[in-house]
Amino acid sequence: MYYMKTLMLTFLSIICLLRMAVAQPQMAQIEMATGLRSSGKIWVVVLVVLTLIIGVFLYLFSIDRKIRKLENHK
Amino acid sequence: MMRKNWWKILAAVMVSSSVVAGFMGPVPVLPILNETIRNIYFHVPMWFSMIVLYLISVIFSVKYLNSGERNHDIMAVEAVNVGILFCFLGLLTGMQWANITWGDPWPNDPKLNGSAIATLMYLAYLVLRNALEEEQKRAKISAVYNIFAFPIMIVLLYILPKLTDSLHPGSGGNSTFSDIDMDHNIRPIFYTAVIGWILTGIWICTLRYRLRLVENNRNKLD
Repeated sequence: MYYMKTLMLTFLSIICLLRMAVAQPQMAQIEMATGLRSSGKIWVVVLVVLTLIIGVFLYLFSIDRKIRKLENHK
Repeated sequence: MMRKNWWKILAAVMVSSSVVAGFMGPVPVLPILNETIRNIYFHVPMWFSMIVLYLISVIFSVKYLNSGERNHDIMAVEAVNVGILFCFLGLLTGMQWANITWGDPWPNDPKLNGSAIATLMYLAYLVLRNALEEEQKRAKISAVYNIFAFPIMIVLLYILPKLTDSLHPGSGGNSTFSDIDMDHNIRPIFYTAVIGWILTGIWICTLRYRLRLVENNRNKLD
């Protein structure tokens, strides 16, 4: 249940944060990853990193649950 | 509070959304830094989390000296343990970033050297604890050491680098964070990341603390 809540809230806040993203006027001489972004494939990297982070957090939640079981055991 | 879930969910949500917004959100266009400015969402929160964990440790050391309660001492150690983890993550990510932008993983920067000394100081805290056999003596001496270590760490990391020339922002003639952030796009994402990582650090710390309590209870029963 916590997992679902976590996931839902994550996506909601991502949307909120990205809404703040307005197109920026770019200076021509400084190279930024606009090409990479417009090709769309940078999202793959974002997805991979996000998967890692969420995986670590789910692992933390499972450790938390195990410790809670130990605490209630005595 | 420690066993509640809402702030852990908040931590997970804030860190994950800062990853996505950190990669995809708009950043100021700067020479040399280029896209690496995005590291500000990942490298800097490590140090903020470390400071908060060390602060928690000091608070519990003071509490221990007041109360003599063993649990306060356990919380103080575990906060330092997790703080050191974040410290090493901060050092590693900083070295990777510096290697590209400053051309050297460890330039002779006062902030870097200060953080190295601060790290050694906190490692010494753990060594000191292991060196003392008797439990009460260990708790008392290390609590006093901890209270001295914290202000020295603050001086090494925040005050001395600002007095001399440092490559880090806000030192010497360098621009501060608020100058870099011309369009105020960095700030919301940055604070989301900072709070998220701080909560995560505290969470790991409480997990270790609770585990120690369970262990102690078990030893008492045996």
